[in-house]
This record gives sequence, structure tokens and C-alpha cells, in this order.
Amino acid sequence: MEKLSGEKNGADTKAADVLISVRNLHVRYAQREILHGINLEAHSGETVVILGGSGSGKSTLLRTMVGLEKPSGGEIWIAGKNLAVISAPDLKEIRKKMGMSFQGGALFGSMTVGENVALPLREHTKLEESTIEIMVRLKLEHVGLLGYESYMPSQLSGGMKKRAAVARALAMDPAILFFDEPSAGLDPIIAAGIDNLILQLKKAFHMTIIVVTHELASAFLIADRMILIDKGYVVAAGTPENMRDCTQPRVRQFLDRVAEPEVAGEMDYLQMLTEGTSNTEGTVEDKRGA
Amino acid sequence: MEIAAQIGDEVTSGLAYIGELAALGWRAAYFTFVGPFRGRPIRFRSAISQAMQVGVGALPILSLITFFIGLILALQSAYELRKFGALNYVAGAVALSMTRELGPLITAILVIGRSGSAFAAEIGTMRVTEEIDALETMAIDPVDFLVTPKFLAMIVMLPCLTIWANAMGILGGALFGVSAANFTWGRYLQASLDALYLRDITTGLIKSVMFGITITAVGCYEGLATGAGPEEVGRSTTRAVVISIFLVVMVDLVFTALFFFLGNG
Repeated sequence: MEKLSGEKNGADTKAADVLISVRNLHVRYAQREILHGINLEAHSGETVVILGGSGSGKSTLLRTMVGLEKPSGGEIWIAGKNLAVISAPDLKEIRKKMGMSFQGGALFGSMTVGENVALPLREHTKLEESTIEIMVRLKLEHVGLLGYESYMPSQLSGGMKKRAAVARALAMDPAILFFDEPSAGLDPIIAAGIDNLILQLKKAFHMTIIVVTHELASAFLIADRMILIDKGYVVAAGTPENMRDCTQPRVRQFLDRVAEPEVAGEMDYLQMLTEGTSNTEGTVEDKRGA
Repeated sequence: MEIAAQIGDEVTSGLAYIGELAALGWRAAYFTFVGPFRGRPIRFRSAISQAMQVGVGALPILSLITFFIGLILALQSAYELRKFGALNYVAGAVALSMTRELGPLITAILVIGRSGSAFAAEIGTMRVTEEIDALETMAIDPVDFLVTPKFLAMIVMLPCLTIWANAMGILGGALFGVSAANFTWGRYLQASLDALYLRDITTGLIKSVMFGITITAVGCYEGLATGAGPEEVGRSTTRAVVISIFLVVMVDLVFTALFFFLGNG
């Protein structure tokens, strides 16, 4: 991985304000390894954007960080616990400190928006129903959906569903918020609204936010730090400015939205189709331009 | 040799599957019966809603089917019994067949079609739309939240439905008895009751509880095991129905044999 200037040294992982520390993470589906030794840190109150193309492993990284996938190697330290070896009760406690906004919202279709937001409160607290109702309204107000408590998810637009999902993720006042492709499938105006929401949440609640996306404009707007993942490797990490100035070929290719050069030519493309092979499958080391 | 190895693999994977079902059933039973004593209240609202769908919703079609089954049984048994001038025994034959075997079995198969498939489709869709993942990230156990209310509804409603199916089957037989075998309604009912022992009804009900557990476990397991993509939901639903029917028949065989050898058969 190219460590860009301004990036902290790995030895700082024990620093008090490091809330999330991923160390040498490997994830495997059956025989296929998806992530090959990922390292990542997120400090308290920081927004870290995980960038990467389709199939790069960024969503797998996010799912592993919230405990939905079991790593085959490495460590994921969140709030002092290693998720790689954590017990079920401890994982449950850690998860109460996390919120996750899924790509499609993942709202429960059989419940109203209000019931969706109230669910974690009803499950994990002994609050009075009247208090829960107030909290639901507050959370919906944070995301600009006050008045939509009684709507069913099917009655909401894509952007509203994502906002409602964020309200549900905020229900337990988490210290860490995870977003999976927050702007995917949204028009630019609605996507900008979601970006603003993330910025507001960060400012208002000083949350640690981890965002997985491939939307460059969104990433540069909200990130304090970003990492670029390619084929399961971190190819670059640093601040948005560092990333913009980075000259590493793979980073430039991603940021400048350049197609794979090997298939840019017609003959190569035809060869790939007829021979069933692709010259694009170079080693990751090549692509990293290390 | 290859065939033997293949059979061995199939048997191993079949046993592993049954093990997974047993583990799921065990967890649902834990949340239902032990959970309330450990500060996890039973999800009554959800369970009642499921019971309405599983039980009350099935009544019209179940009534119709079992009524006709009872009538068919009466006709079939009368075909043989009248050769011996023993049409009086039609009532007993229908009552015994319904309570011991056909009532529980027909009810279970109907419930598989209505509810087992619905469980797989509902949970499978939730898996595809990441709702199950959302539950997990909210520290809510999907088995506790989704499977337990269905489990509770099923183990309560399937015996109730079975009793109703038995009654409707006997009523179907009575229609034949009254119209073609010189019974009165009262005499047919009395003849049916005379032929039955309490154990005939209880063995059927015990089987129906086991069927309920099997149907819930398979439907929910297949739903939770749904892969990525909407087409996987259809696949899970089909698997849930086919496997449930097969396992219900297997459970029926095991319990019928058990009751036979224990002296209740």
C-alpha cells in the first residue's frame, strides 16, 4: 500500500482516540480470498471513506467490520474489542454502539417508518412508549423526515428510504455510523442531500463515520481520510488532498475515471471475447504500480 | 463404488441438514420456553398475528378439503364393508383414519402450502433486501425476532387445526352415513365416538405438534439460507415446500412406528 503523506504511522493504533483499528484483515469466501491483509484506522469523530470499484472488496470490508462476515485472519478492534474472536454477548453489546445504513435502506416492509426507528429502542431499552415516540420524532427530525412516522417504507422515495434508514441507525445514539453506498441509485440532488446529512451528523454528534462508496464527488466532500481498495488490497490511503495529488497509476486511473487500458482497443476486446481471457487480469502488484 | 460414495455423501449432507434444522428448532424452543424466564418476553403480538395467518386463515380451505376427504373415506370403506354387510363400521373407519392419520397429515400438508412456503418467502425476501443483516447489526437475533413467533403460532395452531380437520372429516363421513347407510346424524356421531379411544386423538395431536415444528424449522431455515438475488427466494420457497412434505411424512412414519411399538398403535 502506498502511504500518502499526512497518513499516521501504524504504530499509532494504540492511541487513545483510535476507535476502529483493522489490522492485516483477511476474508475468504470458500476457497477464494476477497480481502488480503487490509489495514485501516478510524479515529473518534473522523469520517473515513472506503473507495473502490465494483468487486474490489469494499462492501465485504464493511460487512466484516460490523460483524456480518467472519474474517479468516487478522484483527478488527472496535471500542477495545477484537471482533475476530469476540463472544456473541460482547458482539451484541458492541453492536448497540454502532449504527448501519444499508445500500437499499433495509427498512422492514411490514412496519411503518416510526416502528422501524423505534425497533432498536423497544428491543434494547425499557423506555416508556411515550418516550420512544418522542425519540422517534427527534431522530426523524434529524434526517428531515418529521411527519412521516406512519408511512410505510413502500410509500417513500429512494432518498427518503435512505434517510429513514439513517434515522433507525441513529436510534441508539451510536458512537460509530457505517454507510454502505449512501448515494447509490440516487439523483445528484438527492445524493447531495445525503452527503449534507452525513456532514451534519458528524458536526452535530461528533460521530465516527465509515462510508463505503464509489461516488468520487461524495467521497471528497465528506471524507477526513480515505482509502482506496482494489482487488482486496489497500492501494492508497490518506486525506482527500493527498489522494487528489497522488500520482500512483491505479489511484489516478480510478480518480480520473479511465477505463482499463488493456481493453480500450477494439482488437484486444475482440481477443478477450474470442479467447475467453482478459489481459486486464494483471497482478494486483502491477496495478498498484508499486 | 462411485454410487456408494455418492449415496454416502447424500446421506451425510441429509443428516447435516437435519442437524441444522434441529439446531434452529432448539433455538426457537429456547426463546419460546426458556427466554421468558430470562428476561426475554414472548412476542405475543407477533405470535398472535402469525397464529391468525397460520390458523384462522386456513380454516375455510381446510374445512372444505377435510370434509371431502371424510366423504371419500366413507365411500371407499363402504365399498369393501358392504360386501360383509358391515356398513355400520363406516363411522368407526372414518373416525379412526381421520384422527390417527389423515387429519394431522392433510392439515400439515395444507399448512406447508399456505404457511411453510410463506415463511420461506418472507424471510428469504428479508435476506435478499438485507433486512436480516439489519436485524443483526441492531443486535437483534433474527431467530428470536422472526422464527420464535412463527414457532409458537405453529405449535399452538396446528393441533387446533387438526382437531377441526378431524371434526370436518367425521362430518363428511356422516353425510354419506346419513344419506346412504341408514344412519341418523346422532347415531353416526355416537358410532364414531364409540370407535375412538382418547389415545387415537392424542397420538394424532402429538404428531401435529411435531409437524408444526418441522414445517416452521424448514420454512424458516430455507428463508434464512436464501442466497443473493430475487430468484433465490423462489428457489427457497420451492425447497421449503418439497422438503417439508418429505420430512412431515418421515416424522409421521417415525411417530406412528413409535406409538405402535409403545403399545399405543
